[in-house]
Amino acid sequence: MPAALQPLTSLALGATGTVADIQLPAAHRPRLMEMGLLVGTKVELIRFAPLGDPVEIKVRGYNLTLRRQEAEQILVTCAA
Amino acid sequence: MIEPPPPSNPDPVDPAAGAAAPLRYVALTGNPNSGKTTLFNLLTGLRAKVGNYAGVTVERKEGRLKNGPARREIRILDLPGTYSLSPNSLDEQVSRDVLFGRLPEVPQLHVVVVVVDASNLQRNLYYATQVIELGYPTLIALNMTDVAESLGHVIAADKLARLLDVPVQPIVASTGQGVPELREKLVSLALNPPLIKPRLFCQLPGLFRIEATGLADLLANTFQNRPWQATAEALLILSNENALASSRTHYPPAIQSAVAAARKRLDAAKVDWRGAPIEWRYARVAEIQQAATTELAAPGETFSDKVDRIVTHKIWGTLIFLALMFIIFQCIFTFADYPMRWLENGVTWAGDQVGGFLPPGDLRDLLVNGVIAGVGSVVVFLPQILMLFTFIGLLEDTGYMARAAFLMDRLMSRVGLHGKSFIPMLSSFACAIPGIMATRTIESPKDRLVTILVAPLMSCSARLPIYTLLIGATIPDRVLGGLNYHLDLGFTRFNLFGFLGLRGLTMLAMYLLGIIVALLMAWVFKKTLLKGEAPLLIMELPPYKRPLFRVVLQHIWERSKLFLTRAGTVILGVSIVLWFLATYPRSSQREAQFEARRNAITRSFNPVTLATGPGSAAHQAAALEEQLAAIDQAEFGENLRHSFAGRMGRAIEPILIPLGFDWKIGIGIISSFAAREVFVSTMSTVYNLSDAGDADEGMKTLEQTLREQKRPDGQPVYTTLVAVTLMVFYVFALQCASTVAIVRRETNSWKWPLFQWAYMGALAWTLAFLTYQGGKLLGWG
Repeated sequence: MPAALQPLTSLALGATGTVADIQLPAAHRPRLMEMGLLVGTKVELIRFAPLGDPVEIKVRGYNLTLRRQEAEQILVTCAA
Repeated sequence: MIEPPPPSNPDPVDPAAGAAAPLRYVALTGNPNSGKTTLFNLLTGLRAKVGNYAGVTVERKEGRLKNGPARREIRILDLPGTYSLSPNSLDEQVSRDVLFGRLPEVPQLHVVVVVVDASNLQRNLYYATQVIELGYPTLIALNMTDVAESLGHVIAADKLARLLDVPVQPIVASTGQGVPELREKLVSLALNPPLIKPRLFCQLPGLFRIEATGLADLLANTFQNRPWQATAEALLILSNENALASSRTHYPPAIQSAVAAARKRLDAAKVDWRGAPIEWRYARVAEIQQAATTELAAPGETFSDKVDRIVTHKIWGTLIFLALMFIIFQCIFTFADYPMRWLENGVTWAGDQVGGFLPPGDLRDLLVNGVIAGVGSVVVFLPQILMLFTFIGLLEDTGYMARAAFLMDRLMSRVGLHGKSFIPMLSSFACAIPGIMATRTIESPKDRLVTILVAPLMSCSARLPIYTLLIGATIPDRVLGGLNYHLDLGFTRFNLFGFLGLRGLTMLAMYLLGIIVALLMAWVFKKTLLKGEAPLLIMELPPYKRPLFRVVLQHIWERSKLFLTRAGTVILGVSIVLWFLATYPRSSQREAQFEARRNAITRSFNPVTLATGPGSAAHQAAALEEQLAAIDQAEFGENLRHSFAGRMGRAIEPILIPLGFDWKIGIGIISSFAAREVFVSTMSTVYNLSDAGDADEGMKTLEQTLREQKRPDGQPVYTTLVAVTLMVFYVFALQCASTVAIVRRETNSWKWPLFQWAYMGALAWTLAFLTYQGGKLLGWG
């Protein structure tokens, strides 16, 4: 049964999901992909910054920060 | 693995060339935070030449390989950190252009060393494979193998070398482990370049391969005799939108239209030409990484993760950030005090020595009051500047800077910028020049420009002398009694302002004023002149590391050298010009007048009169001294008023009166157009001239002199309100020739630096006016 899609930002803190779709505009997508965030990549939601934005994630073993707005356009399936 | 060709075919060394045997040129490249600069320092020692690439202020670091071969000089070029050959910032563009031989100032590369962070292998290999495909003799420096092993990743270097088809040397740059072996491999590659066969790490399926091959043929026909592989270049310009845009002059129209046509065909076939090559490459890179790595432990929480739980915590993180900023200011203001006093005494001593050695006259006057006093009064601030650079160096080298950007991004995004603008702005507290240079990491040109425009509003170290002088002269050295806020931490309570003096608070207020107006102006610019969408933030939070003493020291050394050479050149020049302006034109008529007055007074105290007044001889002698000093003072005042500087100061006095400044301050403002800190040396020139007769008391400190200045009506010139107004003026005015020059170079036009100069000048006058007039209305004047 296919797991439900949800925005990366709605993962629980510390939870891991698998990227299913990156809905960012075509011009913005490549850099995100070059940083290793591809469809099929596992991402862990680490935390939000004290003021609520940006968001910190762990991808391919390193820590990356994104704005909430972009992170919301990354859809993941939750493993658990 | 590539075998070097047999030594039977050594490179011919031209005997006539002698010591200037042909150079071997090596580029050092890799992801940001891969330890590239540490390795560069190890390979070259501390003799690197730091400069800039022509036309842009991307730092160019080049050095000679230490312990290299005897007859061949091998030079190493440290390229800016890069995530990909598809550039997203100026830094990355420069790296790409060097690797593609597009910069005429950089000779052809013989070897490329790619530094790869073993603890972050996949993302680092993404870039490394792109570089290997270019077809240079390539060497992988597999760095931080110790960190990788502590995380449970054991990487078999030989296996990795086989899979990548290039030599791989495991190293730990922070300890130097493996570096001698790396040097050996590097020299052997440089002297005996292997034959390279074309290779591509991503398997291009069907249509994409056809298009790439077609484009590669076209490239190979257009540009001949190039050392890199046409297919790799074709793949890059086909898949990256910025590749053509960022090198428009490089590719002829035939290639540009061929790329456009190929993309159209790929679009029609529903091939994602932007994303697909990235996916294919990552797929292959992941295979290589898995094949070369043995995982000994499941990925767990790293040391950095643990630290970040506190350092980026909602409450603790914010407190730590504020505390750090506060400690930095407090240290700069308190602990730098002692070395500053020593330097001050040293400058006085040097002035006395030269003064005693030379006969009185214009030359002595120039050296003592112009050169030594002028340059000395700026050099005195070196301890504060060193301290600030130490902190910034530490924050950068530990990895905290990225956390600061993470914490501050929300605030920066409110004004339309992002966290990356925070680092240039923070650096601008030391000096706007490195700050503006740091904006090159910002991808969007508009955001970069906005950051450049507002960065000089941060109070840089050149303002520090002015603030310190004016605060020292007019703000009482008191702990703020009225403020008694207690911070309740549950287990303890302490007085938040108990250890903060009124002077520190004034200083903090000046810094805050600059910050607030900078953010406001950024918002205004983003709304009007430089409208654009909010930029994307994609930023790595590198693992924390112990700062390397050497790296921080080198950072401090480079920056203070910059400061001192400025003090030695710009400020020396300005001091001499200023001394000239304040001394000439002389008037023999005026000199004769004052001489006559002096003689008249001396005569009136004749020995007979002195002898008749019983017990008052000493008293009368003192009175004579006093009157003579008053005449000297009057003469210096008169000379200054009639000097070139005095005339200029008085010419602008009408616009200064509403700010509460007199024409002497006007001289200071005029002379500090080139560099703010010159204000301090000007004031010491201006007032030391009028104090030169006071030989008994020696050189007074400038602060005292300022306190003693009186207006014609007997009121002090430097009231607290005037001092604060003057500080406000200096918070905003762009009094720095170097900043103007660097902004011109960064923006490639005079339009922006002139605009910046004008808007900051207008801000300075307006806000100083509001401060002074508002203060007077409130009765503080």
